[in-house]
Amino acid sequence: MLKNLCQKMFGRSLWVYHANSGGCNGCDIEVLNVLTPYYDVERFGIKLVGSPRHADVMLCQGPAMRATAQALKRAYEAMPAPKLVFAIGSCACGGGVWFDSYSVLGPVEKVIPVNYYIPGCPPRPEAIIYGVAVALGLVDKETAPVEFKQLKLPIPRYHPSELHGDGDLVVYEKLEKV
Amino acid sequence: MSLVSKLEEVLVCLKAGRVTLPYPAQAQPLPENFRGRPIFDATKCIGCAGCANNCPAREILVFDVCQEVRILQYLGRRCTYCGRCADVCPEKAITMSQEFENGTDAIGDLGQRLELFMSTCQRCGRCFKGPSVLEDLKMKGYRSDDLQNERWIYRSRSFLEEDKTVDDIQIELD
Repeated sequence: MLKNLCQKMFGRSLWVYHANSGGCNGCDIEVLNVLTPYYDVERFGIKLVGSPRHADVMLCQGPAMRATAQALKRAYEAMPAPKLVFAIGSCACGGGVWFDSYSVLGPVEKVIPVNYYIPGCPPRPEAIIYGVAVALGLVDKETAPVEFKQLKLPIPRYHPSELHGDGDLVVYEKLEKV
Repeated sequence: MSLVSKLEEVLVCLKAGRVTLPYPAQAQPLPENFRGRPIFDATKCIGCAGCANNCPAREILVFDVCQEVRILQYLGRRCTYCGRCADVCPEKAITMSQEFENGTDAIGDLGQRLELFMSTCQRCGRCFKGPSVLEDLKMKGYRSDDLQNERWIYRSRSFLEEDKTVDDIQIELD
């Protein structure tokens, strides 16, 4: 549903606003790398703007920090109504390596709603383009949750109460049935 | 700025040609030692939790739901793809794949959850890994146990003496 809405709302071009709320600038550099002629995202109509009031999409880098959470929230609220938020990098997706330290509140989800996640530390420029392409509906997402379950318990059950006999000869009665 | 320098600039641009990658249509080859998403192999994992101890982002959670089942959960949210889990794994059950296209709209898509069966030694009470699927297949007559009635069930009927519906019992017994 979100994808359909995206295609409807953001049919032409996405103007992105690039908000760093306390990251290490690694993801910043990768996002700027995406805008260079080498990975030219202006092919998709994506353009970097300087103000959240002009933007459709907010690219969040870095975790929500104690000091910058309010500013991040204000920047989000300043964006006009159909808006998307991308969490870029493992800090923005899950809080990063220092997720449990004092000044880090956690992922940016804790402050503003996030629509798309692009993990990586930093994500490759291709990964960022891929995430944007998933949002635009150009490609399908590749990840899916993996769950492995044991369907049967692979040992015979052993009951010490079934042991009979004394001395050297101890017979386990159920063992004959096995 | 003179006209000559403009012309020089045009010349440089023409010389470079087209450098833009046609990315979503055609991918660029990755470097050989690129580390992407870790993939957990449940058939090799022995549940030692070395990866959980070494993960700098505390991303791999290990918890025991009961005596014999251990759950290893990889969240994938704040993983930095550092590869320390793959380095420390004694059974090489974790491989760093080359998948980097992990953009998704639900963060739960990145998780992996393994349910590991930990057999308990009747003598020392400590856990060990049960037989693998391949070792199961080596057993004569594929069997599994009936937990309610506490007995074995033979899946292969040819193994049962009284019901010789299949002629190749000799082959099975060999």
